[in-house]
Amino acid sequence: MPRSEMMIEKGLTLVDAINEALYQEMERDDRVVILGEDVGLNGGVFRVTDGLQKRFGPDRVVDTPLAESGIMGTAIGLAMAGMRPVPEIQFEGFLGPAFDQLVNHAARYRTRSRGAITVPMTVRVPVGGGIHAPELHSDSPEAIYAHQPGLKVVMPSTPYDAKGLLTSAIRDPDPVIFFEPKRVYRSFREHIPEEEYTIPIGQAKVVSEGSDITMISWGATVFQCLEALDQLPEDVSVELIDLRTIDPIDEDAICQSAEKTGRVVIVHEAPKTCGLGAELATIIQERCFLHLEAPVQRVCGFDTVMPYYKLELEYLPDAARIVEALQQVAAY
Amino acid sequence: MSPTPTRSRPASNVRPSADLPDATLVGWLRMMTLIREFENRSAQAYQQAKIGGFCHLYTGQEAVAVGTLGALEPDDPVVHAYRDHGHALARGMDPKHCMAEMFGKITGCAKGKGGSMHMFDKPHWFFGGHGIVGAQTPLGVGLAFAAKYELEVLGTALSNPGVDPGAPAKKKVALAFLGDGALNQGALHEAMNLAGLWSLPCIFIVENNGYSMGTSIHRGTTMADDLLKKADAYGIRGEVIDGLDILRLYDAFKPLADWCRAEQKPAFVDLKTYRYLGHSMSDPQKYRTKDEVDRYKSMDSIERLAKHLMEERRCLTPAALDEMHAELHRIVMEALEFAESSPSPDPATELYSDVLVNPMPGMSPIREYVHGEKNPLL
Ligand SMILES: Cc1ncc(C[n+]2csc(CCOP(=O)(O)OP(=O)(O)O)c2C)c(N)n1
Ligand SMILES: [Mg+2]
Repeated sequence: MPRSEMMIEKGLTLVDAINEALYQEMERDDRVVILGEDVGLNGGVFRVTDGLQKRFGPDRVVDTPLAESGIMGTAIGLAMAGMRPVPEIQFEGFLGPAFDQLVNHAARYRTRSRGAITVPMTVRVPVGGGIHAPELHSDSPEAIYAHQPGLKVVMPSTPYDAKGLLTSAIRDPDPVIFFEPKRVYRSFREHIPEEEYTIPIGQAKVVSEGSDITMISWGATVFQCLEALDQLPEDVSVELIDLRTIDPIDEDAICQSAEKTGRVVIVHEAPKTCGLGAELATIIQERCFLHLEAPVQRVCGFDTVMPYYKLELEYLPDAARIVEALQQVAAY
Repeated sequence: MSPTPTRSRPASNVRPSADLPDATLVGWLRMMTLIREFENRSAQAYQQAKIGGFCHLYTGQEAVAVGTLGALEPDDPVVHAYRDHGHALARGMDPKHCMAEMFGKITGCAKGKGGSMHMFDKPHWFFGGHGIVGAQTPLGVGLAFAAKYELEVLGTALSNPGVDPGAPAKKKVALAFLGDGALNQGALHEAMNLAGLWSLPCIFIVENNGYSMGTSIHRGTTMADDLLKKADAYGIRGEVIDGLDILRLYDAFKPLADWCRAEQKPAFVDLKTYRYLGHSMSDPQKYRTKDEVDRYKSMDSIERLAKHLMEERRCLTPAALDEMHAELHRIVMEALEFAESSPSPDPATELYSDVLVNPMPGMSPIREYVHGEKNPLL
């Protein structure tokens, strides 16, 4: 779709970037179809698929009934037959009814058929808190899906990464869950290339270089980390890494940085217990033990159900908690 | 056991509402008007950002909650989806607690930690609003199973608020409300099969307002003009009921509910209604015309009942109606004030509470993490 004046002048939001990637992949490959609740006529609950049905028609941008298990199963069937489905689930909580299809089927076909049957499907799901919504509309379940072998899990935080990673996901031969941090859907704009490009799945990104502490995060929390860096005294030099892909984890990137700094803080929105931070901390102590100067620290959501909005900001990691952890790790 | 009549149609000469005292019908009008006023004020509070997240209003559908719940006993268990303020109020929840919940305040029915979609009132046998569409319907089956278990196996009632220990079990029905969108969720079909298979007194009430978000029922489900076929498939008695006129609704629903209770069998109701407002507070409503909305508004159930009470029953004067409006306005304003002046939940005690039994052993205490306090690991 031609870019709007606003996009040309001010850049693209995360929503614009995802929409552009979908548009370009649909132009490029007739096998790409979108299906989901209100994705066509209404352009999706967050308007991410806006305009696509108008351009590609109802056979390729399919409005479905309210039936996540059916949507996911159908997408798997399409993918098994050689299509490139991109189902949308409106909020991460509604992955619940689709969980069986995703975890018991999509994730296992390659193994189960010993490589004969694959599921090249990209599941788009808005994720995370910070928009004043209740539980099921604010959760961060990325570790649940990362725990399941056979799924790739991606979570970009910027328009540039979103476009490149979504393009890669759609072209990927395996099922990818593409989590979109809804808190930053429209919170800022970025100038990104108009022509198509890819960013490899599984590559972390160094957001800012540093030498004293490695800080690892992903999704919307990356911006809380940046805020924390602004508040930190100047003599502490922090290397901020945006993981971008949750599974497979870019072990080399995080270990290289951890070996350089010897101190690591991990920040995520999901509850602490069995969150992805636990896995990252383990990888770091397995591979970089002799380089570590302090215990790896985690700043996370709490082990509770995501609370309604008056407590939401207490739940989500914020700059103050991150600064505190950075200072403690620095002083250890 | 009498055979299950599927696809029964209510006999037009049965008018149980005609035998109800004036006070009951005036009470319905009062409750429907309370819900409408409550929703109007909720919308304002939402626009002023006093209510966060999502807010799904019940405006237009009031007759459904009031008429169906009016045909039940107060201790028949009820589950509902997320458009649940009206049901909570009709079940007897104090409007203050309902409004405070939407405001996210500690005085809300779920301590301000659930919000608009998560109204709960166990003393009134209201087992909640649910945010996952359709997921509540098997819970209705479970509630019906428990009721039948009390009756046929235990003989005495399970321990619950307001139940005397050892009280004899009685014949109950469970109500599972759902929207027409939920017709397409697998959970409902498993639930209906179980209810039919095990013959459980669960009534599935489809609040058929014609739309699931932006998807009209004809774009969303098969046999949209004859939903009872879905009930047929599970051997469940079904009925189509007009939800725009509370008297007709009650006259059709009351005998059905009585039958379910007496026979301890399930039923399915295609209850035709209409929502006047958008799906939620942010809905451009591209999927329907203003004419359509106006057509339904011209058949408004509250106005119809008020007219009936004033002109046919002649049990309500315009002055009494004005007085009712003034009183309800006051009640809702008080609820708003209560919600606004109530404190928010204290994160130090409330963020971690009620996840499992309190206090929960082995959990890292929340206070260690609250700003300014030391991280226990360092
Ligand atoms: C499993 C699941 N999928 C999607 C949603 C998002 N959603 C919330 S309400 C709704 C439409 C439901 O329509 P209907 O059942 O007819 O109820 P109504 O809104 O008309 O009361 C959708 C799609 C959800 N809450 N749960
Ligand atoms: Mg509906």
